[in-house]
Amino acid sequence: MTATATDVGDAIDQDTKLALYRQLHRLRKFEERAYRLFMDGLVKGTSHLSLGMEAIAAGFGEAQREDDLTYCTYRGHAHTLSRGVPMDGVMAELLGRANGVCGGKGGSMHLTSVEHGVMGSYAIIGAHLPIAAGAAWSAQLRGSGQVTVCFFGDGATNIGAFHEALNLASVWKLPVVFVCENNLWMEYTAIADVTAVEHPAADRAGSYGLERIVIDGNDPDAVYLEATRAIEHAREGGGPSLIEAMTYRHGGHSRADPGTYRPQEEVDEWLARDPLPMYRQRLLDAGVSESDLTAIEDEAQADVDAATEAAKNGPLPELDEAFTDVFADGGSSWRN
Amino acid sequence: MAELITYRDAVARAIAQEMRRDERVVFLGEDIAAAGGVFKTTKGLLDEFGPVRVRDTPISEEAIIGGAMGAAMTGMRPIAEIMFSDFLATCWDLVAVEIAKSRYMTAGQVEVPLVIRTANGGGLRFGAQHSQAVENWAMMIPGLKVVAPSNPADLIGLFAAAVRDDDPVMFFEQKSLYPTKGEVPDGEIVDELGKAKIVREGDDITLVALASMVPRAVDAAERLQEERGISAEVVDLRSLVPMDTQTVLRSVTKTTRLATVEENPRLCGWGAEVVSIVSDEAFWDLDAPLTRITTPHVPLPSADALEDVTLPSVDRVVETVAKVVG
Repeated sequence: MTATATDVGDAIDQDTKLALYRQLHRLRKFEERAYRLFMDGLVKGTSHLSLGMEAIAAGFGEAQREDDLTYCTYRGHAHTLSRGVPMDGVMAELLGRANGVCGGKGGSMHLTSVEHGVMGSYAIIGAHLPIAAGAAWSAQLRGSGQVTVCFFGDGATNIGAFHEALNLASVWKLPVVFVCENNLWMEYTAIADVTAVEHPAADRAGSYGLERIVIDGNDPDAVYLEATRAIEHAREGGGPSLIEAMTYRHGGHSRADPGTYRPQEEVDEWLARDPLPMYRQRLLDAGVSESDLTAIEDEAQADVDAATEAAKNGPLPELDEAFTDVFADGGSSWRN
Repeated sequence: MAELITYRDAVARAIAQEMRRDERVVFLGEDIAAAGGVFKTTKGLLDEFGPVRVRDTPISEEAIIGGAMGAAMTGMRPIAEIMFSDFLATCWDLVAVEIAKSRYMTAGQVEVPLVIRTANGGGLRFGAQHSQAVENWAMMIPGLKVVAPSNPADLIGLFAAAVRDDDPVMFFEQKSLYPTKGEVPDGEIVDELGKAKIVREGDDITLVALASMVPRAVDAAERLQEERGISAEVVDLRSLVPMDTQTVLRSVTKTTRLATVEENPRLCGWGAEVVSIVSDEAFWDLDAPLTRITTPHVPLPSADALEDVTLPSVDRVVETVAKVVG
């Protein structure tokens, strides 16, 4: 690890820390609710949660400029919410309602809100890395100063698109930050069992002329500081970064997967490093009052409750919507 | 005024026309800039537009197509070259699963206005991995538009329409047509997607063809007239999506017979869709079974004689049509 809690925490102002704390709780409580709604049969299909991994989305979300771009994966609830996309629209999308961010046509795996810079959640492993590079190329061409942040899991590092995107981004010096959330498990197989190097992203960075960066992805301060550095580096024309953030998912890969293929000692070790209680203690130690923190937690819970109600009460999509938005004329007609 | 130019030179002229008009149009691909393209279709573009807008890439089809997509969804109008259409298989996820579906999945939030141009089809003895006619791969995917011009003037006009279109367009240049020549008017040329053309009028049968099969269908029609007294009408479909089915239906209603001339292997070729539509909507006007002339369902061989026996030839079109018309 290049950064630890004690040596980085002081560089961050208190407002930012409280914002990070608030975001951690919004994401945690949202994901807990999403799981319950899935088990209740209200979220259909599949759902991939970021429980335990919230510090990464929170840290980057706090560091991104309003017009910066985010590309994330099918495990993208947290990354979408951390850009300020309204919780109501995200929850409603999970429930397939017309007031969802994609009108119910995307679902849990395809959350998108272009007006918030969330350019999509991509459900084919690794596919969005070259797309994110292309968005960064566009920002470079347009001189917009926007930086693209692209999140992906450890499993994406063994797919060709990862390597093609890294090489192109490096050769063209594109303003993009690639963030590997290494939670040690791809789906049901340990990344270490099928990868030639210990750190599946960072140990490949040198192949693309990039620095080897591994951070503690469960430490919101460490994530925020590294995110700030990498984003500014990209914005100033320094080119891409590849960051491997070590973390762990509290639950399984998707749906109702209990994740029992993982050794219990490993699960226990990482549960003890849950970012939420750890960060709470850090803020208490820094002099924030217990009641202030509790108020933040209660507010996050109230937001999730309200979003749940808005989603449950949201209208179902009109059936005609199945035939819209295939082509730019708004429809799906392919012949005259 | 008009000028006689090759299908090859029409490519660079089409790209230049659009790049001059719109600063957002950028061009990327393998060997397209300094080398001028492996088929010499993009010569001169680097000189005129510079290395920022005309960009050589590594041999990384996913990076090329993903890069084009990311640029298209954030305000640019990229043109991406895939050197041989066979190589689309290496980036098909980006084409079929990402580019084609993004508008739909996001309820119209994301737009992907790009053109993927590629050298398609057989006839140059390249063998099975550099000769496929794959326009039907693209045609099967909702969200993609699919264009395949048969002559230089259409190439420029349809290309301009593709670049100006707000949807992703797959633009299939048939590589055996590159040395062929055609009249091209002076000045800007802008055509329309989804408009077929009747390139030869006739009364006894309608031949619907695409790209390199258009000149073959026309040659066959001339011979059918001379040798058998059969009058064939030839429709150049030009674009598979959107498809101008009305021009086809009007023609078949007049001639009462239909044969498609397709370069693709038999199964699920575009002609199957044309035949299905005509069967549904013009059945009672027909005087003969609907007929498809295609490459047999085999990969393309390399040796001259073997490739010639697989691709639909003028002889095969003549013989098949003579039997249909009786």
